[in-house]
Amino acid sequence: MSSTTSTRATAPTDLTVATGVPAHQPRRGDGRGRSGGRRIGSHVFLIILAIYFITPLWWLIVAATKSNSGLFTGTGGPLWFDDQFAFFDNIAGLFTHQGGVYWRWFANSFLYAFAGGAGATILAILAGYGFAKYRFRGRGPFFTIVLASVMVPLTALVIPTFMLLSQMGLINTPWAVILPSLLNPFGVYLMRVYAQDAVPDELLEAARIDGAGELRTFAQVALPLLKPAIVTVLLLSVVGTWNNFFLPLAVLTDPELLPVTLGLNRWTALSNAGAGGEQVWNLITTGSFISIIPLILSFLFLQRYWQGGLAIGSVK
Amino acid sequence: MTSNTMEAAATSAVRSRRDAPPRPGGGARLVRRRQRWGWLFVAPFAVVFAIFLVLPLGYAFGMSLFTSTLATGTEFTGLANYAKAFTDPLFLEGMLRVLAYAVVMIPAQLLVALVAALVLDTLATRVSKLSRLLIFVPYAIPVVIGALMWSFLYSPRFGPAATIFSMVGLDAPNFLAADSIFGSLVNIVTWQWAGYYMIVIYAALRSIDPTIYEAARIDGANGWQTATRIKLPMISSSMVMVITFALIGTLQFFTEPVVLRSVAQGAIDAAYTPNMYAFSLAFSYSQFNYASAIAFSLGALVFAGSTVFLFLTRKQSGLK
Repeated sequence: MSSTTSTRATAPTDLTVATGVPAHQPRRGDGRGRSGGRRIGSHVFLIILAIYFITPLWWLIVAATKSNSGLFTGTGGPLWFDDQFAFFDNIAGLFTHQGGVYWRWFANSFLYAFAGGAGATILAILAGYGFAKYRFRGRGPFFTIVLASVMVPLTALVIPTFMLLSQMGLINTPWAVILPSLLNPFGVYLMRVYAQDAVPDELLEAARIDGAGELRTFAQVALPLLKPAIVTVLLLSVVGTWNNFFLPLAVLTDPELLPVTLGLNRWTALSNAGAGGEQVWNLITTGSFISIIPLILSFLFLQRYWQGGLAIGSVK
Repeated sequence: MTSNTMEAAATSAVRSRRDAPPRPGGGARLVRRRQRWGWLFVAPFAVVFAIFLVLPLGYAFGMSLFTSTLATGTEFTGLANYAKAFTDPLFLEGMLRVLAYAVVMIPAQLLVALVAALVLDTLATRVSKLSRLLIFVPYAIPVVIGALMWSFLYSPRFGPAATIFSMVGLDAPNFLAADSIFGSLVNIVTWQWAGYYMIVIYAALRSIDPTIYEAARIDGANGWQTATRIKLPMISSSMVMVITFALIGTLQFFTEPVVLRSVAQGAIDAAYTPNMYAFSLAFSYSQFNYASAIAFSLGALVFAGSTVFLFLTRKQSGLK
């Protein structure tokens, strides 16, 4: 942690939050000794909450290891493992069912989320930095419009976006999901608020006096200081794209192009409809389990960045 | 805590520098070149903003002013589609339904998130850190997958509800019946989002200067008073942000009811929420003009609702 803290020596107080919610702050120690009883109560409360929030995930892990019949009539009940461990059979099933289309969906999700999410993040970094550190004509009004657009519900845009894309002939192509995902006004807002304080004007002036051009000043001075905000905006945009259900539902009909979420939803709808050979509950549970691993891992590994990053823009 | 005040002083120095007019020594040409760089940085986003926000909104509004029928083709009908929408019982019922969801769901999510964050803020143990992470985990699960998981969990065929309820000697309710689907959906959304809001609130709590608590303690404040009179007012801007997002999200309710529809056919119809109604009008009935009017009305109502909310709370949100 110390290396990251030192780069922020000039940053204002709220950025200490952005370094990842320092759990090691030596504060509030005094309150603890007095209220031993309340601490136990607090812990019990937290544990009950944690159980509620984690049980569905536990159920999914268990269900992913069961065969189709095990899901209904398993020996261990819904919340415990079956005698028969079918996880690897299920994975093999994912490779063969409908020609292994599941993995195609999986790859699509990665493509959409990373092309859309990374693109949105790059645009947000540039625009946020531009808004924060340059004074140009029209800056105020445009930023106000961007801020207001955060409140425009994106799903209200789906139907007109569909019609625009269909006129451009982009329906049923990956572009139909990626291009609209580049729009992330909230990311621009976060980036501006963060850049305002995390990138001191003095530092930029110093770089300019040393003869660095505007691009070089941006890339070598500003960019490193923006790291926590970049990770946060990237995660939020990737999750946003990965999660988006309405847009792909409207613009994609080719099964080969679906992201994994829509594909699994389609299998579930077919299975629920009771179509003869389509009852693939075991593949749905295993597929769901595999599909959530990448996002959960990225949240775990990038914890110290996003936890504080989420507070940007709300503190002041 | 002198470093804090120094930092604050440094910030305000930066502030005043930023707000000061450009120094005369810089020269007008330099200023103009800087201006151009500002626009260059913003330009890529501005292009996307124009194409995927301004254009669709304008296009939708344009579409909504026309009506196309097989007999007469497409003709300009002005605001007729809007008049139709605001007297359409399906649209109005959907609006009332999402409002009911907002009234129940937002306080539910907020209460869980706020209490959890306040409790976490007073603890720094391993249990509390792990709990924080576990409560947050559902947010990392895509909404579709979350809804799918819950549709399994609710299912009388392979859900654990029967097991859990039989442990206390009760029959499990049918979560997917028409009269319980409301609560079932509230539960899914709360499960999915409370952890995210909790982290936002928690991070805001952590940014409060701890010396304030010390002062409060010396003045004789107990834990409850500290929480309600110091912590809550100091994080009000985060609370306003969280409520605004929850409001925007709830009024556009779509994914969860669509996913649950295949297991709860009778309980959720195609016009359950305004968004679902617009979607089915457009993609099942090809009524793009009317669907645009519905989508545009919903968008305008959400925008108006969140703006009014932000205006009413402008003191807390810092947007003056």
